[in-house]
Amino acid sequence: MKFLAKRIKGNSLWSDAMRRLLSDRLAVASLIIVFLFLVISLMTQFGIGIDDWKVVIGASREAPTFAKGWKFWLGTDIFGRSMLLKALHGSYTALFIGVMSSVISIPIGMVLGAIAGYFGGWIDEVITWLYTTVSNIPEILLLVAISFAIGSKGIVAVTIALGTTTWVSLARLIRGEVIKHKSRDYVTAAEAIGGSHFRRLFIHITPNVLHILMITFSLRFVTAIKSEVLLTYLGLGVRPGEASWGLMIDDAKSELVQGMWWGMAGATILMFLIVIAFSLLADAMRDAFDPKLRT
Amino acid sequence: MIRRTLYGIPIIFGATLILFFIFNIVPGDPAVQLAGKHATPEAVASIRHELGLDRPMYAQYFEFVKQTLTLDFGRSYSTKQDIMEMFWYGAGTSLSLILPPFLITVIVSLLFGALVAYYRATWIDKSIVALSVAGQSISMLAYVLAFQYFFAYKWNMFPVTGYDTSWVGRWQYLTLPGLIYIAVALSPFIRFYRTIILDEFYQDYVRTARAKGLTEKVVMLKHVMKNAMIPVITDLLVQLPFLILGSLILEKFFSIPGLGDITVRAITDLDRPVIMAVTVLGTIAFVVLNILSDILYALVDPRVKVS
Repeated sequence: MKFLAKRIKGNSLWSDAMRRLLSDRLAVASLIIVFLFLVISLMTQFGIGIDDWKVVIGASREAPTFAKGWKFWLGTDIFGRSMLLKALHGSYTALFIGVMSSVISIPIGMVLGAIAGYFGGWIDEVITWLYTTVSNIPEILLLVAISFAIGSKGIVAVTIALGTTTWVSLARLIRGEVIKHKSRDYVTAAEAIGGSHFRRLFIHITPNVLHILMITFSLRFVTAIKSEVLLTYLGLGVRPGEASWGLMIDDAKSELVQGMWWGMAGATILMFLIVIAFSLLADAMRDAFDPKLRT
Repeated sequence: MIRRTLYGIPIIFGATLILFFIFNIVPGDPAVQLAGKHATPEAVASIRHELGLDRPMYAQYFEFVKQTLTLDFGRSYSTKQDIMEMFWYGAGTSLSLILPPFLITVIVSLLFGALVAYYRATWIDKSIVALSVAGQSISMLAYVLAFQYFFAYKWNMFPVTGYDTSWVGRWQYLTLPGLIYIAVALSPFIRFYRTIILDEFYQDYVRTARAKGLTEKVVMLKHVMKNAMIPVITDLLVQLPFLILGSLILEKFFSIPGLGDITVRAITDLDRPVIMAVTVLGTIAFVVLNILSDILYALVDPRVKVS
């Protein structure tokens, strides 16, 4: 029996995909960047190695210099606080919004899509109607409406607004995949041995569509980070006094005219790095899980 | 085709329901805000009655549906202007801001899309795709700030902000935001068109055309591009409502009084009827153009049947 178990183990979809992913140099580099951002955000939260950004360390509006230690690499803001520290703390805000909005939207999209695809009939029609309707409200308007409704601005409001608007594409994809899977032999086999609907849907089918979830997560992350900046600029996002790339770029409106380019540069570069890492990662995962799509 | 059109009705109905729900969980009483700080409870109550806020929820919802159907949303809380008048005026301004750069973007990206698809998997393709991915990873706000700083502030080529309502005077204010729109929109458009055109390359008819001995150029121009134009054109229709809405960011930044600017102002002034009108009108425009685009698709491409 032990021998048999070993033989059956073979190559799964996941191990194949992981092998392809790890042989892709760009994908590995993106993974490392994402991991670094994760470490930095945790360090800012627990105060390990990265101090509070609200501490005054120098004169107002000091230009970047390498002579006075790493905190001055990106100069200081109008109050003499380290711009680099502010930008690093901003990566926590960005990751928080990205992760938490996905925590809201992924279960909604996943469960609704799976139920619609699996049961079909009127349940499918109602759910399809719901997500078609939501997807027909232009996204920026829906974001505006929800941020307006939540009223209390700030990180939490942005997160809820993004979380409740971005589940649609995931629901649509999962529904399609579940429809493809539900008539396959392994599901019929699970039914034959007495598996309940719940078991068949969530224990048997769901693991086979999980890769879609990971790709969607990466893409949603990019949308979330970009939307945070825009919503903040429109006055619907993060409140002044918090560390956010959106606020830093927004501050640059008046700073640039005074020749102060480093705040905008720091926020833009960090944002560029994480956005490009997640975009490349999403592309690489799509290729790794579905080599047919490779162009 | 009729069925496809009818399908729009439950969607629009659903959208009014969702939007009404969203706007009615707003904390804070608009009547209190309108009455001002020193209002008596009686004054607040009379304003509430005037706005119809003391009526039951379902009555308020029917009122909203009626407003949507008759396209009459009453007056703005803050400016007291007729909302539809504001809307049409703003739509004209937004269109003159976005339509010219949008058309330029489409043409330029089609050329680039065709170029990279033709030279697929060579260094030309790879470097243009890499540039587009990089371009898409920079915040739109950073483009706006950089363009304004260099073109308007440093080199004095355009006015920094402002607007002139006359048809001749407005263009000097609209050129710079237009350029920014092109810079931001080029990357996603090029990637999108590249995918569409590449999709066609792997179709059987292309293999047939090659087998007939046609040169790669003829295959590209006479076969691939002709077929790729179908999704391109139908997609353009779907993009239109986003144009009417203009760009919230550009309008706010350059103080251009278009629809986007009206929306942003309404948010700051907590002007509920204006936001409701803009969102519901935007949604209807989107639904209608989606249906039109599907019908157009079926008309141009006999392989597609509208169900």
